[in-house]
Parts: sequence; C-alpha cells; structure tokens
Amino acid sequence: MIEIQNLVKIYESGKQKVKGVQDVSLTINDGEIFGIVGYSGAGKSTLLRCINMLEWPTSGNVKIDGVDLTSLSRQELRRARQKIGMIFQHFHLVRSKTVFDNVAFALKAAGKSKQEIRNKVDDLLEMVGLQDKRDAYPSQLSGGQKQRVGIARALANDPNVLLCDEATSALDPGTTRQILLLLKKINQELGITIVLITHEMGVVKEICDRIAVMQDGKIIECGEVYELFARPEEPLTRSFIDSVLQLELPEHLVKNRRGTLVRLQYRGEAASDTVISDMLQSFRVKGNIIHGKIEYIQNKPLGILVLELIGDESEVKRAIDFMHERTGGLEVIEHAA
Amino acid sequence: MLLDRLAELVPELNQAFLETMYMVSISLAVAIMGGLPLGILLFVTDRGLFLENPVVKSAAGFVVNMVRSVPFIILLVALLPFTRWLTGTTIGPTAASVSLSIAAIPFFARIVESSLREIDRGVIEAAISVGASPWMIIKDVLLPDARPGIIHGITITTISLVGYSAMAGIVGGGGIGDLAIRFGYYRYDNTIMITTVVILICLVQLIQFLGDRIARLTDKR
Ligand SMILES: Nc1ncnc2c1ncn2[C@@H]1O[C@H](COP(=O)(O)OP(=O)(O)OP(=O)(O)O)[C@@H](O)[C@H]1O
Ligand SMILES: [Mg+2]
Repeated sequence: MIEIQNLVKIYESGKQKVKGVQDVSLTINDGEIFGIVGYSGAGKSTLLRCINMLEWPTSGNVKIDGVDLTSLSRQELRRARQKIGMIFQHFHLVRSKTVFDNVAFALKAAGKSKQEIRNKVDDLLEMVGLQDKRDAYPSQLSGGQKQRVGIARALANDPNVLLCDEATSALDPGTTRQILLLLKKINQELGITIVLITHEMGVVKEICDRIAVMQDGKIIECGEVYELFARPEEPLTRSFIDSVLQLELPEHLVKNRRGTLVRLQYRGEAASDTVISDMLQSFRVKGNIIHGKIEYIQNKPLGILVLELIGDESEVKRAIDFMHERTGGLEVIEHAA
Repeated sequence: MLLDRLAELVPELNQAFLETMYMVSISLAVAIMGGLPLGILLFVTDRGLFLENPVVKSAAGFVVNMVRSVPFIILLVALLPFTRWLTGTTIGPTAASVSLSIAAIPFFARIVESSLREIDRGVIEAAISVGASPWMIIKDVLLPDARPGIIHGITITTISLVGYSAMAGIVGGGGIGDLAIRFGYYRYDNTIMITTVVILICLVQLIQFLGDRIARLTDKR
C-alpha cells in the first residue's frame, strides 16, 4: 500500500518558487492500477517522482507498506527503490549497452551474482517478448521494444510497485495497446501495484481501476474509474471524459426537432434493461433514436442514447416520468424541442 | 642538396621525435589519470545530480579555471621550482612533462565534464530509480555512454599536448619544438624549420585519424 500524506513539493530556482505538488494525500491499494490524469504542468510527474524519492518532498511523507521513505538513509533508500520499478516516456535506456546489459544493470545494482543475473534477465526478456533482441542495442529497437526493455529493467528486482510516467505517450495507438496489455498482464499475474500517469483517457478507460485528476498541484477528484466516468463532478474531469466518450450531442441534431429530446445515460447493468421498449408499448408516443454511444469501462457499459419522443405533450411527460421511475440510476435529460 | 642536409639531420630529428612522444605520452597518461576523476567529480557534484555538493563543485571548478587561465608559457616558468623538486632538474623532456601534465589535467577534466553533460539526465534517473549506487552509475552508465566523447577528448588533448610540448622547447624541454627553436629560430635554418613543421602536421593528422577511428569503433549507439 502506498500512503501519501500531505505531500508538498516546491521547486526553488533562485528567488522564484514553483509549486509542483500542493498538499496531496492519497492512498493507493495493493494490486490496483491507479491512474493520474491532468493537463501539462498539473504536477503529475512531480507527484509520481516523489513516490520513489527521485524528487525529495518539501514536506509531507510517502509510506510504502508502512515504511516512510522520507526517513530512510541513502543506502536504505537505494534498497527500497529496488522494490519500486519505474518506466518513462522516453524509455531512458543506456545507449551503449545491449538489451541484456540494460536489464542486467538493475540486478547488478541489487548485488546479484552473474548466474542469477543471466537466468533472471532471460526470464524477464521472455516475459516482455524480447528474447530475440537480447544482444541488440537500443538504437536498433522500435519505441515499443524500447519500452519493453524499460519494463523488464523496472521489474528486474521483483518490485511491488511499478511507476509509469506517460509510458505510452511516445508510442502509436497499436503499440500503446500492446504495452497496456503487457502492463495489465504484469498487474494480474505478478500482483504488482501500478501507478500510471497519462493524459490519454483512452489509457485510463482501458486499464485503470481508480484515477486521480490533478490540477495546479492538487488532486481535485479521485475515485473508481467507472464512477468517475459515469458521474464526474469537476468540469475538468468531465472534459477529460468527454474526450473519449463524446457524450455531447452534435448541435445540428438538436435543431429543428418536432418532439422532445430525451437523453438517457446508461450506467452499469441498467443498460441491458428493456425500459425503452416497455415505455413505447405503454404510452402513445413514438420514439426515434437520434444518437447513441456505448463504451465499456471495465466490462461495464456506459453510454448515452438520445431519443426524440413525439406525441401528445402530457403523454410524453408521462413517458418520461415512467422512465425516471423505471431506471432509477438512469438520467433523463430533457431538451427543449 | 636538400636531401643530403636532411640525411644529416636524421639522428637529431629521430631523437627529437622520440622526446616529443615521450613528453606527450607521460603527460597524456597523467592527464587521463587526473582529469578523468576530476571531470567526473565536476559533473556529479553539479546541481541536481546524485552527488550534488556545491562546496566541492565550486572548489574544484575554481582550481580548474585557475590553472586553465594561466598562459602555458607562464605556467611553465611558474612551475620551475616544483619541477626541480619533483625531477631534480628543470630542463629535458622529463622536466617538461611536469608542467605539461599540470596544464593537461584541467583541460581534459573539462572535456570529460562536457561529454558527461551530453548524457540524457533521464538515463541517470532511470539508474537511480533501480537503486544503483553512485559508483555503479558512474561505472556502468556515465562512462560507457560518454565513451565516444571522452575518446574525442583524448584526441584533442593529445594534439594540444603536441603543440604545448613544442612550446616547452623554449625552456629547453627537448623534443621537436626544441629542435625547431635551436636550429630553425636561432640559426635561421629553414630546412629544419620546415621539416619540423611538416613532422608536426603529419603527427597531428595521424593522431586525429586514429582518434576518430577508435571513437567510431567504440561507439555502440
Ligand atoms: N525540476 C524542476 N524545477 C522547477 N520547476 C519544476 C521542475 N519540475 C517541475 N517543475 C514545475 O512543477 C510543475 C509541475 O510539473 P510536472 O512536471 O509535475 O507536471 P506534469 O503534470 O507532469 O506535466 P506534463 O504533463 O507536461 O508532464 C510545473 O509548473 C513545472 O514547471
Ligand atoms: Mg510529466
């Protein structure tokens, strides 16, 4: 478990003080994939880098499994870091070393024997699918392959935590997906807690369990991915979510409509309910589906359906009431015709 | 005849050449032994690096700049007492090697420092994040990645030493420069003057060629 308490990081360059992180408290549970999103300069990297003390907090503390990292000696910290892997947007491999030696470096740092190193590196390269690139140099690898080397290096000492700073931001969509699948596999098979920064909500949707949204060095919203997608409270969170869900109704669809527009937001199991057909059977209204989108987040459907209800005013109202009642968790949003 | 004159000079030239090589080799060896650790020290104690230490950084930087700001010819003279103490004499190639070495250490140290600066800070951070010790980072990350730059630095230092060693001739340091001054300058012997210049040109070209070759062979990037 990672416990971050009242973390503050202020950068001082000369007389100028830049606030990187302002009073963040956060608990990340064992075995979860935790996402941190936010616009550039929000303090995501700063927060992440405080978790392995690459950045020394100005105040507050970071505990991993109960051990306060800010209280450790240099040597103890080095040992603690061996159990906290980290991967980077630009991979940061040693250019003059082969794939094998890049991964072996981490094991050497932990004082492993030559034999142990050889066996472990081979296992790691197999896990990330790079056995055949063992003796290649980083310049001979694609971005995705470089990130796999980065992952192998980060996992070399069997860490409990893996920190990912925009690990897929330099990759194309296909490669991004492969790397995400690999991270997911690592999380599930090895039980490693993953903390990842991203500005792509697609990444969050794909693999995260919980997310924190950051702005100006603070966490403004934090929760289960599905809950946040379904009921974002902060405008910033909503704008991030809209970037993948596109729940906004195109303007031209709203104009020149005869009937009443109803927006149903689907959440969870309710999506498979038969509410619409029941409504159409019970009331003298005609339903016209105008727009719809369903996204699956952690295998749970989330989406919208925009219906145009045409009929007697009172009948439409009753139909809407019916849907309100029947759907419980569903939201019915009326649009002026 | 020009050729006859040259043939006469062969033994002299030969000795001068060997003396130059001797001075350059000694001072290059000392420059590497002293300048490499000093260059690494200058780099790793810098702001934001893993052995950040403003006091050590500015002290080392000050000494390096001080030695580098003294013109070589003055350094040569100023170091005469030290040279005498160390080698028992102030003339000859061994004595000249002392001041050449002292001048070359900070020169090479700065080159090492700037080749280390070329390394992406992120790579160093990645090494820190796997829990590597400072010594491991220096040995397994900094030096391998800076190797081509350091080899270029050795080439540049060697060439500078060839030039400076010729200057050491002024105070009787021996070597090609000494020859050029004794015959070419004091006796207006143009044949010697031109021959020594040609030898120096060839020597520098050869060093540059070898240096580039080695740098390319060791560059794995
Ligand atoms: N080493 C540093 N020195 C001074 N200021 C810094 C330093 N690192 C970050 N900052 C400042 O801290 C703030 C947060 O930066 P941070 O890198 O954490 O943002 P981020 O959310 O990761 O952004 P991005 O998405 O662009 O990576 C920014 O205002 C930045 O300018
Ligand atoms: Mg960042």
